[in-house]
Amino acid sequence: MYKIAVMGDRDSIYGFAALGLDTYPVYDPNEAVHTLRRLAEGNYAVIYMTEALAAQIEEELDRYRSQQLPAIILIPGISGNTGRGIASVKRSVEQAVGSDIIFGNDN
Amino acid sequence: MATTQVNPTRMELTRLKKKLTTAMRGHKLLKDKRDELMRQFLDMVRQNKLLREKVEAGIHAANQNFMLARAATDAQVLDVALMAPKQEVFLETSARNVMSVDIPVFSYQTRTADANDIYSYGFAFTSADLDDAVLSLSQVLPDMLKLAEIEKSCQLMAAEIEKTRRRVNALEHVMIPDLQTNIKYITMKLDENERSTQIRLMKVKDMMLEQAHHYSERAAQ
Repeated sequence: MYKIAVMGDRDSIYGFAALGLDTYPVYDPNEAVHTLRRLAEGNYAVIYMTEALAAQIEEELDRYRSQQLPAIILIPGISGNTGRGIASVKRSVEQAVGSDIIFGNDN
Repeated sequence: MATTQVNPTRMELTRLKKKLTTAMRGHKLLKDKRDELMRQFLDMVRQNKLLREKVEAGIHAANQNFMLARAATDAQVLDVALMAPKQEVFLETSARNVMSVDIPVFSYQTRTADANDIYSYGFAFTSADLDDAVLSLSQVLPDMLKLAEIEKSCQLMAAEIEKTRRRVNALEHVMIPDLQTNIKYITMKLDENERSTQIRLMKVKDMMLEQAHHYSERAAQ
């Protein structure tokens, strides 16, 4: 039985606690890396992370890209959408196809 | 371009020919795999894009509601209200095999069936905006889980497609041409050997006949 975690700055994620997701407020990138490792080895299949936090620990996230679990999914934080989430989808397309054919060149 | 030294023997030739057949077969199979993976991937990635846009819009709206709630309610009261959640979400994962890529399938269940259990607080001291905010967030949750499933699948499939594509290219542009040139080299060499043996034999026959019948001496007389 797996659980779901949400990581990010507290203001962006505290609402998820009400839904029954486990929230882990972190601000510091180093701390985020540690928390992420702990969660990934633990019982979490899906980890939602705010785009702002993900931007700071990009290399760490790449390690989990090719693993089956956990799925690390970027969500926009309270400060708005940075477009990083859609960029990660775009990256998948580029990796698979060789060039971006879904999103066009506009973004 | 035969970079490596090959022995021009029949045994080597048979071996290389077998290898070429295998390589051709592998190439065809991998190419089929790549094409099918690509087809499924493109379907999935389009879905991924739509879903992501939907989820991002949903979360954005929920965040706005939370902003309102924070404005209307004391931060401490808000903290207390969300401190002890009643609801809990569990995930069951299984894997679906798509062209030998194991993509995850999530099914979720909540600890209690009651939809109202997302409100972990009494309604007396919090504003109605908080209720709205929590509700709007809970409506995004199914889509968020679907997004997690699809986005992870896309990442895994993208990695597999890249791998397969490299293999196909390596077979198509390196392995198969190399084998073909090697085979050609050996065939030519063997043919050449055969010709030279034949010529040698003809020459020997000439010499033997010459010894036996002395044609050239007779011609001179």
